[in-house]
Amino acid sequence: MSDFLRIQDVSVAYGDIQALWDVSLNVEEGEIVALIGPNGAGKTTLMRAVAGLNPLKSGGIHLGDKALHTLRAHQIAEQGVILVPEGRRLFGGLSVLDNLELGAYSKRARQVRAETLKLVYELFPLLADRKLQRANTMSGGQQQMLAIGRALMGVPRLLMLDEPSLGLGPLVVESIFETIKRMNDQGVTVFLVEQNAWQALELAHRAYILEQGRIAGTGLAQELLRDDRVKQAYLGISPAAEV
Amino acid sequence: MSAFMQTLVWGIFAGAIYGIAAMGLALVFGVLKILNIAHGELVMLGGYVGFWAFTALGWDPFLALILVIPATFVLGIVLDRVIYRYVVRLWGEEKIKNSLLVSFGLGLVLSNLAQWVFTGDERSVQPSYAGQGLDVYGVLMPYTRLATLGIVLVVTVALHLFLRKTYPGKAILATAEDYESAELAGINIDRVYMLTFALSAALAGIAGQFVTFTYALAPSIGMFWTLKAMIVIVLAGTGSILGALPAGLVLGVVEALSGAYLAQTYKELVGLVIFLLVVIIRPQGLFVRK
Repeated sequence: MSDFLRIQDVSVAYGDIQALWDVSLNVEEGEIVALIGPNGAGKTTLMRAVAGLNPLKSGGIHLGDKALHTLRAHQIAEQGVILVPEGRRLFGGLSVLDNLELGAYSKRARQVRAETLKLVYELFPLLADRKLQRANTMSGGQQQMLAIGRALMGVPRLLMLDEPSLGLGPLVVESIFETIKRMNDQGVTVFLVEQNAWQALELAHRAYILEQGRIAGTGLAQELLRDDRVKQAYLGISPAAEV
Repeated sequence: MSAFMQTLVWGIFAGAIYGIAAMGLALVFGVLKILNIAHGELVMLGGYVGFWAFTALGWDPFLALILVIPATFVLGIVLDRVIYRYVVRLWGEEKIKNSLLVSFGLGLVLSNLAQWVFTGDERSVQPSYAGQGLDVYGVLMPYTRLATLGIVLVVTVALHLFLRKTYPGKAILATAEDYESAELAGINIDRVYMLTFALSAALAGIAGQFVTFTYALAPSIGMFWTLKAMIVIVLAGTGSILGALPAGLVLGVVEALSGAYLAQTYKELVGLVIFLLVVIIRPQGLFVRK
């Protein structure tokens, strides 16, 4: 099977400070791939680079045959690569419905906007009930649902989620992860960044470990869950974990 | 009493023009996050378009808006493509500082160009019905001023509906809130910035057209209008676009009352004192929620 998302030798720098060093990874169609690692490892930077928000210093990012790193962020969204950014980043002053409709701004998504909206309302009935409410008056969990709903409105082929569990209670996190699973069953490829490594590995097929801007390991999620080093560093199972 | 009412009415009429001039500045400030010091020069250039439409073509000053609006809209597109889009791409402090420098420079260039092309003479436009108006219990309301107020209200409502109800309008609001999220949603923010700047220029142009028959038009009036608009957007609260109208009316009325009851020379001063008081007591502005 040919690679779906292919990240090749990507380096990203903020001014003089380099955040990513020759990172290579790939995501196959239909997979859930998790990217785990400690704070400040560059996980968010990599997500933002794929979405076109951070320019590359070197390397390349391809979706199938299409080079993404030469496109601007809104053109990448047009390709069906949609990022749910860290901290949700909703249009807080606008209504839930406005947020969802704006999620379908790209030409490709706009054509099927009405049908997609119906699907999103089926997935998150709560959003339908609150469609006229201002986004920033909702709770954190509801906002995360809206953020995912807004991303789905863009009809993603590859859905990227940056820390979807951040700041949410365990029950809400569980329902968010269930939703991600369900979307994946429906054919959406998922690329996920999580600090909550255990939960991410439970969900994902495969995972990569990012440490200090470099890929430090990869494998099937189930294997990583049993890996001693991963257990120590990210799952907090053995004491005195030093990263 | 009728003298007081008359002063109040003059203040409202003046404030309507402040309001629409400031709305354009607030739009660019809220969406592009830059301060366009050359905004007053766009008011001035809009005025000249209207002046020549009246003088050379014999068009009624209100009819001339159908020429002024597209002309300044296109000028806005050109300025965005040639200058502002490069400023918008900068980051943080560098962005706001450069926007001040660049737009201040552009303002000088535009006013000197206008001086060269139109000469420094003061111009104004007097339609045939200039002296006529309504007399409501001794309070005089000239038709030109009433029409000005009416158009300002219509334009404000239209802008509100455009921003709140249409897809491109919502894209502007979304970009103002979080331009990265807007990009992730597939919005071409470069296009949004261009449209926003063009709308701002058109609003400045409308204000300029009103200046031609309300005040005097000269190449040097730009800074006056930039300053008035800046006072108004601070009163309204930065980020509040439509709040510019009520804030403009407040400034117009306060200036008119202080001109009448203190001294004409204190008119400008009182506006600035109000400005300071708002900054100190209510820095988020008069018309901002939260």
